[in-house]
Amino acid sequence: MKRSHVLKSVISLIAVVVLFHFPGCKKQVANPFPTSGDVAGWQKTGDTRTFAAKDLWQYIDGDAEQYVKAGVVSTVTSDYNYQSRLEAVVDVHTMGNPDGARTILENAKAGDAKPVQLGDGGVAYAQSVTFRKGVYLVRIVAYQSLADGPQALLALAHGVEAKL
Amino acid sequence: MESRREFLKEAATGALLLAAQGSAAFGAAADARAEAGKSRVVVARDPALHSPEGKLDEGRVIALLDRAITTYTGLNKPAEAWKRVVAMAGGPDKVIGLKTNGLGGRGISTHSALVFAIAHRLEETGVKSGNILIWDRNARDLQACGFTISTDPGRLRCYGSDVAGFEDELVSWGSARIRLAKILTRECAMVIGVPILKDHSMSGVTFAMKNMYGVVDRPQDLHTGGCNPGVADLNCIPAVRDKVRFTIGDAMSSVYDGGPIFRPERLWYPNALIVGEDRVAIDQIAWQMIEKRRTEAGMKTLEAAGRPPRYIATAADASHALGTNDPNRIQLMEI
Repeated sequence: MKRSHVLKSVISLIAVVVLFHFPGCKKQVANPFPTSGDVAGWQKTGDTRTFAAKDLWQYIDGDAEQYVKAGVVSTVTSDYNYQSRLEAVVDVHTMGNPDGARTILENAKAGDAKPVQLGDGGVAYAQSVTFRKGVYLVRIVAYQSLADGPQALLALAHGVEAKL
Repeated sequence: MESRREFLKEAATGALLLAAQGSAAFGAAADARAEAGKSRVVVARDPALHSPEGKLDEGRVIALLDRAITTYTGLNKPAEAWKRVVAMAGGPDKVIGLKTNGLGGRGISTHSALVFAIAHRLEETGVKSGNILIWDRNARDLQACGFTISTDPGRLRCYGSDVAGFEDELVSWGSARIRLAKILTRECAMVIGVPILKDHSMSGVTFAMKNMYGVVDRPQDLHTGGCNPGVADLNCIPAVRDKVRFTIGDAMSSVYDGGPIFRPERLWYPNALIVGEDRVAIDQIAWQMIEKRRTEAGMKTLEAAGRPPRYIATAADASHALGTNDPNRIQLMEI
């Protein structure tokens, strides 16, 4: 093996190690948001906004600290609309490791939470779904309460999960 | 709310409602005499403000606001009561800021119906539309409340510090070393705080005093120690202490856990406004309302949850002297 090939292999190995073992360099999904129509009835209505951990306060000041403590790397968010009847926001937090996502999910659980089969675990309420998958913590919140809202939110959550 | 015009239409209905239903309780409350040495806090409620499905009846808001203000001032006529409010600013030719809180997003932000009702009453009292400035951190927060950004001096103005900017100079008081919003320092003669009542994952409660985190450039620097003494220190900075003279607190809807962001599973409808000049007393009363709701829901107290709003007692201590948290020194008027 030529020396240049050895050097390339070493550099590649270092890059892989850095990518998967340093929290700040965790894999960040290119686009976790289903496009309009990917999930029946749902339209993506807002631009995707991205916040690095240090800027998360600009989005959720006061709540950002729990994510920072749990090792959030970045957050992306976008608005959605279901059949022009239900508006919702989807937040996807990329954590430094799966434990961080687990911590946030545990904090979000309350007595009346309904467990749902999503990713590595999740909970649902009438107007929200929160789940984790690997280093990702996803929170979907609806602004209105509809009879078919929980099912619609769950469908959207599955759409997001499929892209993670 | 879709537009201000719609609001005005509904406000007229609300005023009629007040005349028809509220006059007896209103008159009795207005006769109450001030108790010497006590801070008056009015909690005005309308159980019908939200439908069972959680829809706000915006037409009732102005009637509730009038009940709150007249009770607070002890004056029977809303027009006379609002003159008192405007007088606090130095007269109708002054700029009056309405500091809202849209941080929680669309689900749990200051209701535009309340802000438009306040603006409407200020205009009726002689304040020019352009001298009323609805403001918050940025456009996003204001839009979350349902406002449209406008810098037109000929009509009701609405914009955030992302437009007006912050002072270059750092000011400090205790732990707070911050740059203030120019809207506060340069534009407003007086600010009426219009916060929304929420649980807060760090400070326990966010309402009158915590709303001032929206007037500084880096609020995240004030969150350590459960926002204590950050909240109290910030409110002691002269421009904040002196210009924010009145609070019309929005407790029409609230989150009693998981705040300050929107938690629909923890949403509740106190259907109330909390009004007063003593920001500490207001926060003390607001805290008790959240505790009561948490107890009803079978939840831990904020103390047991490890996040009592300690900044309230700090704000009341001798060095801050922003108001009182002593229930014996608060004249609570619930109507």
